[in-house]
This record gives sequence, structure tokens and C-alpha cells, in this order.
Amino acid sequence: MLEGLIGGLFNGISIGAVLLIVALGLAIVFGLMGVINLAHGELMMFGAYTTFVVQNVAKSMGGIAPEIYVFAALPLAFVVSALLGLLLERTVIRYLYGRPLETLLATWGVSLILIQLIRSISWPMVIGLVIFATLFLIGRWALTRYTDWDRISQWANPIFLGLSVAIAAVVSFLVQSSGSSQFVRPWFGAQNVDVTPPSWLRGGVAIGSALQFPYARLFIIVLTILCLVAVYWFLNGTAWGLRIRSVTQNRGMSACLGIPTERVDALTFALGSGLAGIAGFAVTLLGSVGPNLGGNYIVDAFMVVVVGGVGKLVGSIVAALVIGIVTYLVGSGTIALILPPTAFFQPAIDFFNFFATTSMAKVMVFALIIAFLQVRPAGLFPPKGRSVEL
Amino acid sequence: MTTTLPNPALQDPATAPMVEISGLNFYYGESHILRHVSMTVPKGQMVCLIGRNGVGKTTMLKNIMGVLRPRTGEIRFEGQVVNSFPPDRRARLGIGYVPQGREVIPRLTVRENLLIGQEALGSRGKPKKEVPDEIYELFPVLKDMLDRMGGDLSGGQQQQLAIARAIMGQPKLLVLDEPTEGIQPSIILDIEAAVKQIVKTTGISVLLVEQHLHFVRQADYYYAMQRGGIVANGPTSELTNDIIQEFLAV
Repeated sequence: MLEGLIGGLFNGISIGAVLLIVALGLAIVFGLMGVINLAHGELMMFGAYTTFVVQNVAKSMGGIAPEIYVFAALPLAFVVSALLGLLLERTVIRYLYGRPLETLLATWGVSLILIQLIRSISWPMVIGLVIFATLFLIGRWALTRYTDWDRISQWANPIFLGLSVAIAAVVSFLVQSSGSSQFVRPWFGAQNVDVTPPSWLRGGVAIGSALQFPYARLFIIVLTILCLVAVYWFLNGTAWGLRIRSVTQNRGMSACLGIPTERVDALTFALGSGLAGIAGFAVTLLGSVGPNLGGNYIVDAFMVVVVGGVGKLVGSIVAALVIGIVTYLVGSGTIALILPPTAFFQPAIDFFNFFATTSMAKVMVFALIIAFLQVRPAGLFPPKGRSVEL
Repeated sequence: MTTTLPNPALQDPATAPMVEISGLNFYYGESHILRHVSMTVPKGQMVCLIGRNGVGKTTMLKNIMGVLRPRTGEIRFEGQVVNSFPPDRRARLGIGYVPQGREVIPRLTVRENLLIGQEALGSRGKPKKEVPDEIYELFPVLKDMLDRMGGDLSGGQQQQLAIARAIMGQPKLLVLDEPTEGIQPSIILDIEAAVKQIVKTTGISVLLVEQHLHFVRQADYYYAMQRGGIVANGPTSELTNDIIQEFLAV
């Protein structure tokens, strides 16, 4: 009985830890900044693919590299996703602050682009993109510098854009049709790819006869705790953290106090995106990596943030753990086992057995969350005090 | 309503007035809010902008701070044209802003609200880790509240916090928008005394929008606004009851 309880708790916490690490970045981007970023899952996916690439490099290096590649993949996944997030913020999201509907649509579009990018990216495509960027950006820079750009921009802009696209497309096509098949093959393709955890993350600690704590799960729990501590420290213990909290609460006044709000926005978004990258790294330890990876986690992540109470990190932590434990208890059929097998409880046992599969457990958890939000629309930890009522 | 031509001698930062506004026009959409406003805040002086509700006083201050941008006209701070500067850059140049409604950051503690005021120091100084004692001498009430959330304070306390926060950035010009609005009389006197004390000890300039007469009379110079334009100005010693009746009384 005790073993079952500990095992259940461990499994629940480990589901919760995955939920939490996935939701942590979103708790910053959505919870603090209020940006509904539907491309958050794709930022995660980029973290996961970064891990895949690092792993392949490590494999080709041989020796000890495949054993320790995770320590290189972790910071790289953070950096890649953070840079991608920064690009997204600078080019799309910063124009949409305070407009949730437009943000939602735009970031959904971005997520589709990113998914297709991962599916079809190949050397010819990269060459085309680089040529386009070079022609368009450098060409425009030269034109603005040496000509009366304001006067000609009306017609020069579309012509210039069209020309750059055409040249890039032609070059890309030529490379595609003349290169060796090895060269023109998509890097990842639409199929899932596998990341093999290093050998020391396979297997687990056996406690007693029935209990087994997988190392990968323990690693994710530790990683989640480290990320939480780091985020708490950053937000509450550093000057940039103070700026972030100030800007996210009152952007206009923060600017009047001398805070460079644009830089703070960019940094906050990059931080949240980087955490998505770490989450992407973490889930590679659990299963294969595919272009649709983001979609599997984004709903859970939003759910955790909403149930926890938007803007409250501690709410996200509790929500993730509670959802994790409930999901496990329902999904594994533990509740049905606990109930005494008498005729009186038989309908309840049947009921819980019906929900004792992964997908049905999800249905149950969603139903519970909907009911919960009817009672407490602001989540577990709504903001309190005079400042809310004003 | 005369246009003051920019005086070249005034553009040397050493002798230039703190703020000089010339021919400023501001529109909300197509409605003309500020009409050809020109005014000057000399160094080390307290200037008060008076007028009834809705004549454009707050809009004027927001233009100085950079929250709103004028359509035409020039805003000079220490001789430098700042029209194109965003608010954060103007704050770092040395404009301390206490807006109407105070805008204390609600979910930061009082201490954090004060420390974040130092953001305005920019490259002019090094931020401190703790709130200096001068702040508590000006506003003793804040000392007991350091760990309370800014948003949980009463209106009067928030007003004192907002002024203290602006002072933390060691501004050269303090812009106060109706600091006594909706605040009980005893605290109004506290705030008034604190502002006078700040001017005396630091020698900064103050631009004040105010309806409370006692406070208005503390200023050195006044500008009266009506329907978006400056209609009278002069030393506050010449601010007679007739003028007050004309521009301030409801």
C-alpha cells in the first residue's frame, strides 16, 4: 500500500514536473507579459531539435561525447530558442502588445511556418533564404544610403522585394536540381526522429520489489527545480528582474521612470522562449521528437498557467503538481483500486475504470478544470489586496 | 499669445533655462488641444501651471515627458531639443515625473518602487542598494511600509511614494501633476512641505500643475491656461484674487 502511494506520488510529481517545465516559459510570456504566444510549443520543438543535432554531432565525435552531450545541449537549446523568440518579438509581437486577438492569430501563423520549416528545411532552402536575406537587406541598406529612398520607396520596395525573391528562388531551384541527393535531402523530414539519452540516464533506481524511479524522470525533476530557482532568483533578485516586473505591470509609467521598456520586453520574451527551449530539451528524454511536438504540450502549458492564476509563478507550480498527480491517479486506475470492492462502490469503480486510460484521464482532468474555473475564474492564486480592486 | 523666438544665447546648457517650450501645438485626432503654447521653467525655480479642468494642463505635462508627441513646436531641456526622445530617455536626462493618479507599481513593494526610481539615473549616477535616509526624512510614513505592496497603500501614501520615487532618480526637473488631488488636508500640508524642502536642499526646478491655492502660492512664477493656450503669466506674488477668480474658480 505504502509502495503504491509513493509510486503514485512519484509518477504524479514527474508528470507534474514535465508540465511545469513546459509551462514555466509560458508563465513568463503569458502570465507576466500577457502575450498569448501560440508558437510557444514550436519554440520548444526547436529546443528539442537542437538537442537532436547536438546528439548527432556528439555521436560522430565518439569517445565520451555521447555520454555528456546533454550538458552542451541544455544551454544550446536555451540559446537557440531564446534567439528565435527574440527574433519573433522584434519582428512580430512587439507591434501587437495589448492586442490579444491579433497576437493569437499572428503567433498561430508563425507556429505553422515553424512546423513546416522544420519539415522541409534543407541545404538548397537555406541557401535560398540566405541569398534572399543578403540581397534584400544589404541591397536596401545600400539604396537607402545612396539614393533618395523616401522618394522612390513607393515603387522600389515591391520591385526590390520581388527581384530578391526571384533570384533566391532560382538559385535555390538550381541547387535543388543539380546537387547530390545526399545534399538536397531535408535535414529532419516530416518523420519523428529519436534522441537517445546517454546511458547513465537509462534505467532507474529500484526501491523495493515493485518501485522503479527512472533516471530520466529524476533528471527532469531536478532540472525543473533548478529552472524554478533560477527564474525566481532572476525575477526577484536582480536589477533586470525588477525592471521586468515593473514593465509588465505598468509599461507606460515604467518608461517615465527611465526604464528602457523595449529592451525589457525583448529580454522577457527571450527568457520565456529560452525556457521553452529547455522544456524541449527535457521532453527529448521521454520520447521521440517530431515537428508536431509543440502542439502536444501547448494546451497543457496554457492550462497550468490558467489554473494556477495568471501572473503567479507559485500558482503554476502548484497547478502543475496537482494536475500531474490527478492525471496519474485517474489514468492509472489507482482510485478504483483504493475503493473497497463492495456492491455499494461498484458503480464508482466502474466509473473510474472507464477513465483509466491516458486519453480518457485527460478528458476527466479537463472536465475537472472546467468545473474548477467556474468556481474560481482567476485560478488557484488570484492576486489579492487593494491594488486589485482599484 | 506671442511666439517666443528661440534665443541663441539660451541654447548654451550652462545658461539655458531648464525647460523651454515654444509654439507647441497638440492634437487628439483632429481636436486641437494645445494651441501655440510657449513657456519657460528657469533653473532652480518652481513654476505653477493653473487652469480649470480640461484646459490641457495634464496634456502639456505629458508632452514634456514624451508620453504624447506634439504636432508642431519645440521642447528644449537644458537647451537640447528633446521632441524625438521617448519617455525613458527624457527620464534619464533628468525629468522626474509624478503623474496624475500617481501610478505606483501595484505589485512591487514600497522598497522596490523606490529603488526602481533610480532607473532614471542612467549614466548620471550609480544606483544604491538601499533607500537613502533623506527619503525617510521627507516622507517618514514610507519607512514603516517598506515591505508592503505599493498598490495596498492609501491614496495619500501612494502620492508621497510617487514623489519619493521621482526624487530617487535625482531629477533636475520635477514635474508634478496635481499632487494634492483627492488627498486629506493634513497630508496635503506634508506633501507641500516636502516639495518645498526638496527645492531648498537640492535646488532643482519644479513644474507644478495644481488647483490647491495654498500650494500654488509657493511657486515663483505662474502660467494660467484657458482652452489650450497660455492666457496670463507672471510672478506668483502678482497672482491677485481677480486672476484666480478668472482662471481657477469654477
